[in-house]
Amino acid sequence: MPLNRDLIGRSYPASDVYEVAREKIRDFAVAIGDLNPAYTDAAAAQALGHADVVAPPTFLTTLQFRFPHPSPATDAELGLNYALVVHGEQRFALDRPVVAGDRLRAQQAITDIRDAGRNELLTVETTVTDEAGVRVALATSVIVSRGTAAPKSDQKQEA
Amino acid sequence: MAATVSYDEVEVGTALPSLTFPVQRINLVQYCGASGDFNIIHWNETTAKLVGLPDVIAHGMFTMASAGRVVTDWAGDPGAVVAFGTRFSSPVVVPEAGGATVDVSGEVTEKLDGRQVVVTLTAKCGGSHVLSGCRATVQLA
Repeated sequence: MPLNRDLIGRSYPASDVYEVAREKIRDFAVAIGDLNPAYTDAAAAQALGHADVVAPPTFLTTLQFRFPHPSPATDAELGLNYALVVHGEQRFALDRPVVAGDRLRAQQAITDIRDAGRNELLTVETTVTDEAGVRVALATSVIVSRGTAAPKSDQKQEA
Repeated sequence: MAATVSYDEVEVGTALPSLTFPVQRINLVQYCGASGDFNIIHWNETTAKLVGLPDVIAHGMFTMASAGRVVTDWAGDPGAVVAFGTRFSSPVVVPEAGGATVDVSGEVTEKLDGRQVVVTLTAKCGGSHVLSGCRATVQLA
């Protein structure tokens, strides 16, 4: 089933506050196999000029999986089958490093859905802000929905 | 922020130290837990094959994090990365026996204003490029 194109432009409410914890950063660092002291040792991070342990550059990807709030992944109207999903593209613009103690909100929007052959490409932008509303990062994800493109009437159907 | 690499010491073409990352199923399970991304294709071989994948595949974000390490190890401060992006051109297939290996190398491809540089990364697994257009912008000293 094709994704619901009526949802292009849909913006979801901002998440609850996510408090970045030292131990969460450590867990993430362990999971990516990278025990950089800046991720695990506050003194090492402070020696680099950070207030506390710093999060790896891809850490903010965790925010989109943390809340049961409405999002493209949970939006029944979108019709996304997660088992058919692979990640197509990811970009982060990091306005500043994320450190333990940050209190962040994530707000998602569907900015595009298009065909790519038999697949569909869903673009989701996640804006991460601090509690004062100052942007901390913009994460752009292109999600591939495999094999869900509507059959093209002007193309020969594959057997 | 305090990158230990000076902008003045870096030229276009400067190579970053390469790294090799073994990837086993246990790493993916651990990444599921740490990231919250429990997509079944990252841990269940039966379903992965049912939906047309060759086997369980690694999270693209796991591969991207590995590539990022080449940059953060080099820069000396993970907080020096101000932009990071990639396309996932080919999946990292992780069979139960043996797992997979990803080789990552990087090179400075552009010097920007404000003492920033662009690093272009190459990640290969089994002869395939698993990332394409993988670039990080780094604030140097």
